[in-house]
Amino acid sequence: MRAELLLRIQAARASRQPLAVITRISDGVQSHCDGDVVTGALRLGDGELEAVRVRMRDDNSGMLAGEELFVHVHAPPVRLIIVGAVHIAQALAPMARIAGYDVTVVDPRGTFATTDRFPGIALSDEWPDDALEILEPDARAAVVTLTHDPKLDDPALTAALRSPAFYIAALGGRRTHSLRLERLREAGFTETDLARINGPAGLAIGATSPAEIAASILAQMIAVRHGLPAVPGAAP
Amino acid sequence: MAAMTYDALARDDVLATVAGWRDQGRRTAIATVIGTWGSSPRPVGSQLGIDDAGNLVGSVSGGCIEGAVAREALEVMDQGQPRVLEFGVSNEQAWEVGLACGGTVRVFVERVED
Repeated sequence: MRAELLLRIQAARASRQPLAVITRISDGVQSHCDGDVVTGALRLGDGELEAVRVRMRDDNSGMLAGEELFVHVHAPPVRLIIVGAVHIAQALAPMARIAGYDVTVVDPRGTFATTDRFPGIALSDEWPDDALEILEPDARAAVVTLTHDPKLDDPALTAALRSPAFYIAALGGRRTHSLRLERLREAGFTETDLARINGPAGLAIGATSPAEIAASILAQMIAVRHGLPAVPGAAP
Repeated sequence: MAAMTYDALARDDVLATVAGWRDQGRRTAIATVIGTWGSSPRPVGSQLGIDDAGNLVGSVSGGCIEGAVAREALEVMDQGQPRVLEFGVSNEQAWEVGLACGGTVRVFVERVED
């Protein structure tokens, strides 16, 4: 691989653009494809380019028919937006980062979302609804609210429910959660909408400490991402 | 270890770590899983970065074949020609390198050119 291509892959990742690298495995000659244009020394036929596009769409790396060309799809990292720069967030943010998520922590309360508390994590001090409008969660994003405060959690959940986020979760016990659902129902959300919120957040693994609760939420997020049921109801 | 490299490791970002090694003037290679059959611990597209001192980042198996891949990678760094390696079930009696899980994995090893 040319160093130039290595940097190109890094740039695509940083700008959240999908990129496919196509390699002829007999000699290592490569090109890359941004979905439209193919750049590099390796020429592709129309059928091959179409097959590359299908693999990019499905985030599915593999050999093309003929077993000569390998397509490596570099999809943008999955994102996690955490609302509430609280103690649990201090555990969840680095754990999710290790699991490959691009993490942003949102909290308008200046004393919480500090770089001392969240070294190396992207922070936003916007109100949650403004922050989510900027961050625009897509189908490769998860939104988790941790504040326990309806003033912060509700606007975040409202924005999340209007997005195609693959995972939405809200911390809070059963009573807190049922009151929350009641407010969102009054705001016009249907039962189908509300069923998208995993609450209480996390898998039932008896989690009590902030780190354990973070692990239960991360595990549930991973399960949902891989199409498994989000066995509900763990964290208080 | 430089903070940037540690951060890339923490993010499981193999290529960022390899790019960091290269910036420090090290020679590097990348191994990529290009095919799997049967049970295999890491999916297609998984990558292992190797530098000229044998440092590793990432993985192409559960730790069964990384050593063997790294040895091949050092030769690829010297010679330039990429290789396709195939690993199957290990035979402990023969001290072969292989996968204890019973699967087969194909790995493409390439040098990072200047």
